[in-house]
Amino acid sequence: MSKTTGIAEIIQQAQSASSPELIIDAVPYARLLGMRSVYEPDDAGGALIFHLPPKKSNVGNPTLPALHGGAIGGFMEMAATIHVLMSMDVVKVPRVVDFSIDYVRAGRYEDTWASCSVVRQGNKLVNVAIQTWQQDRDASIATARAHFLIE
Amino acid sequence: MADIEKLRKLCKLMVSANPGDHFHALDMRFTRLEEGKVLAELPYSESIVGNPETGVIHGGALTALLDTCSGFAAISALDDLAICPTMDLRVDYMRAAEPHKPVFASAEAYRVTRQVVFCRGVAYQDDINNPVAHCVANFIRLDPEVSAQMTQMIEPFLEGIE
Repeated sequence: MSKTTGIAEIIQQAQSASSPELIIDAVPYARLLGMRSVYEPDDAGGALIFHLPPKKSNVGNPTLPALHGGAIGGFMEMAATIHVLMSMDVVKVPRVVDFSIDYVRAGRYEDTWASCSVVRQGNKLVNVAIQTWQQDRDASIATARAHFLIE
Repeated sequence: MADIEKLRKLCKLMVSANPGDHFHALDMRFTRLEEGKVLAELPYSESIVGNPETGVIHGGALTALLDTCSGFAAISALDDLAICPTMDLRVDYMRAAEPHKPVFASAEAYRVTRQVVFCRGVAYQDDINNPVAHCVANFIRLDPEVSAQMTQMIEPFLEGIE
């Protein structure tokens, strides 16, 4: 029987190859959402941003149509998890302690983007801020923050 | 006061009307509806796993469950069948959900004001006193005219639902 690659190994591969997609491909929930990641060129050698292409299985309201708030929240939480893994020297999946989201605009059925920033990294606890937008980067559809425990 | 029978049909419509949408992706069900209180269930599925090594589901799926359950608790506290947008939601994760078991959610609207419905909820498996997660969620009420229009728009769709 072939041994499947452990998640710690996948995380290490993703970190050394700067390839968060390896983690996305290994996590069923990230695949269900259909999220992707890209590095945007910036002065520091690329900023990680996350992309949620329109996918029917993320729709919550068919008449608008609009994305399900839970899918937007899940996307942001998943983005924050991967951001932590890609920006820190950790190989265990960080444990989310709490997650708080403000929905400020309806999430239309179109391309959605998220960027994360680590507000504070302590020995155990990491605070991450997450922004999500669609066509206009300056018009967030939701902002969130999450606390993660890391080992 | 909310018409619970109509609300039951609305729940059924929401989770079934649009095959392939997020409700179907998560296979979420509503198991009990009362005025101001709603119970829901999220079955275990490989597709919502967040850690493939342990099989533990991702917090995002719980966020979706609690958001939806709280959202219906908000509607159940109102006179109209008015779907209120989520203003904000906070989820506290107490422990990992045990794999291969469903997660239940219970949410209540504990305060209704002219503009806002304040809800809280809990997600659990075997014992509601040993929760997986807690949430607070606030919903913004639609203007009374919009709310009445929405009720009128929704009602014909409920007729064909058992």
